[in-house]
Amino acid sequence: MEAESARLKPAERRWQHALESRRVLALLLIAPAVIFMALVVGVPFVWAIYLSFTDAIGGSLTGHWVGFDNFANAWQDDNFRRALRNTLIFTFASQAIVVVGAAVLSNFLVRDFRGKWIVRFLVVLPWAAPVVLSTIAWLWLLDSLYSVVNWTLARLGLDDGLVWLLGAVHLEEDASVPLQWLGRPNLALIAITVVHAWRILPFAVVIFIAGRASIPTEVEDASKIDGATGLKKLWYVDLPLQLPIALVAVLFGIVFTAADFAVVYILTHGGPFNSTQVLPTWAYAIGIDSGSLGEGAAISLFLFPLLVLVSVGMLFFARRAQVS
Amino acid sequence: MRWREKGLTYAVVVPFAIFLAFPFYFALVTMFKTNLDLANVEHSPYVYNDLQGHFHWDFWNYATTEHVRFLFEDTNYPTWLLNTLLVGAAVVAITLLLAMPAGYALARLAGGWGQSAGVAIFLIYLVPPTLLFLPLSRLITQLDLKDTLWSLILIYPSFTVPFATWLLMGFFKTIPQELEDAALIDGASRLKALYLIVLPISLPGVLTVVIFAFSLCVNEFIYAFTFISSSEQRTVSAGIPNDLIRGDVFFWQSLMAAVLIPTIPLALLYNAFLDRFIKGFTGGAFR
Repeated sequence: MEAESARLKPAERRWQHALESRRVLALLLIAPAVIFMALVVGVPFVWAIYLSFTDAIGGSLTGHWVGFDNFANAWQDDNFRRALRNTLIFTFASQAIVVVGAAVLSNFLVRDFRGKWIVRFLVVLPWAAPVVLSTIAWLWLLDSLYSVVNWTLARLGLDDGLVWLLGAVHLEEDASVPLQWLGRPNLALIAITVVHAWRILPFAVVIFIAGRASIPTEVEDASKIDGATGLKKLWYVDLPLQLPIALVAVLFGIVFTAADFAVVYILTHGGPFNSTQVLPTWAYAIGIDSGSLGEGAAISLFLFPLLVLVSVGMLFFARRAQVS
Repeated sequence: MRWREKGLTYAVVVPFAIFLAFPFYFALVTMFKTNLDLANVEHSPYVYNDLQGHFHWDFWNYATTEHVRFLFEDTNYPTWLLNTLLVGAAVVAITLLLAMPAGYALARLAGGWGQSAGVAIFLIYLVPPTLLFLPLSRLITQLDLKDTLWSLILIYPSFTVPFATWLLMGFFKTIPQELEDAALIDGASRLKALYLIVLPISLPGVLTVVIFAFSLCVNEFIYAFTFISSSEQRTVSAGIPNDLIRGDVFFWQSLMAAVLIPTIPLALLYNAFLDRFIKGFTGGAFR
């Protein structure tokens, strides 16, 4: 090796020396990825911000400066407000279900039991399935005429009771059998929330289990000596220690639900009567279907504050998880 | 006490598994249903029935594969599968090319700011396509890439690269530094040590990245949906909802077959590589 580098011309030797320096080599290795992401994420992102301040229409890349008009117009539209409200409902309602479900399921899935591999396979299915495809499966489950959910409710004699209940709690005043899960505003809200929770839950379970695995065995022994068992141990020992990683799973879930386009688009197209629109589908309706590129960009940018909050939370918990 | 614990475990785990897997079981039943059996709302949707709505134990005699054949012979489904594979393979190649050096540098060479830079790159993964698709769709038109698979091959790495960099950073961190130091002392250059020592050990990690990056490509919808409008150029995720769902005419059996066929191999791969994925995902920083 020595002899080999001695044979090289001085210029080449200097070049090779530079490659041995940590800093130069690190920069060289990171640069391609960073430049690429600046081009395909950074540029379009800045561009989206620029477009949101212009009157650009479909087919053009520029427009006239209109200040905050697009944001003001979007805000004054009832459909936009409903889209914003729905985005928040879907995100936080589904993540609440996910957190409870994942906390329970992960604590049982770490135990040893017969048939564990098949249970794990079934639990991971919704995560492994492409989201568009699994949503189409749900479209069939909730079909207006052939819904297996309604068929089952009817056979169990629960359908009339459910209709009465929906009326009693003022969720759907004049629903009737068979229930139109995707054809009535509030039922569709429930259906979409459940589908989101269903598809995020496996990922959360997997991350929760990873969080459990990171608990040192000394803690397990110590809590045994102190007599902490069952629910008490779960609440006071396991859950707090899982918290930092669990929160990362939740932050992920928030981004993937809030920014999701496919589930709502395939289940309801934002209907009935725009009652289930979310920010991404509404941005698509305005920006692509109606061709108001500027206003569409403004609508999608309303997602940004949420994203920043999540990112800050992520950095915070990543750091904390590291320190402890 | 022991059997009560066991019973409790099953009582919790089984309902969850049924809830999570049910849509796929139902898709599996539906894909082989005959039209008459499917269209009769009196018939049980859970099983195959004869014309009177009765179930028989030789149920396969009351099922049909004609809708699966229809999917493969009379729709563009095979083309979409092929397109998905092509795009996935190209994107995975680009991703590895960009993310492997970056992940390694962040794990080993970058020192104190490597951690922060790693998290920063990961945050880019959280910038959702729904924020970028409007300007990107115009950009793709300007570049004359509209309606081509190249548009997807160019744009998909925007989410696979940060994701893969993060995972690889986690994997590289688990490889003991001493191995490399030994190679350096023996006179290998840093690049040579990377190539001869680090790469072979991290192969399982790289394979995990390949699988999960590929599945991200299969999952993607909004770019494929806005960039491409001709049926022959679509991927599965964009082709099925666009072409197989037409107005109120649904080919439910074919649709369910189209849903299950990509899902099953992906699910098997996920299960095989799940533990490694978790290791890389949580090994990056959240430790």
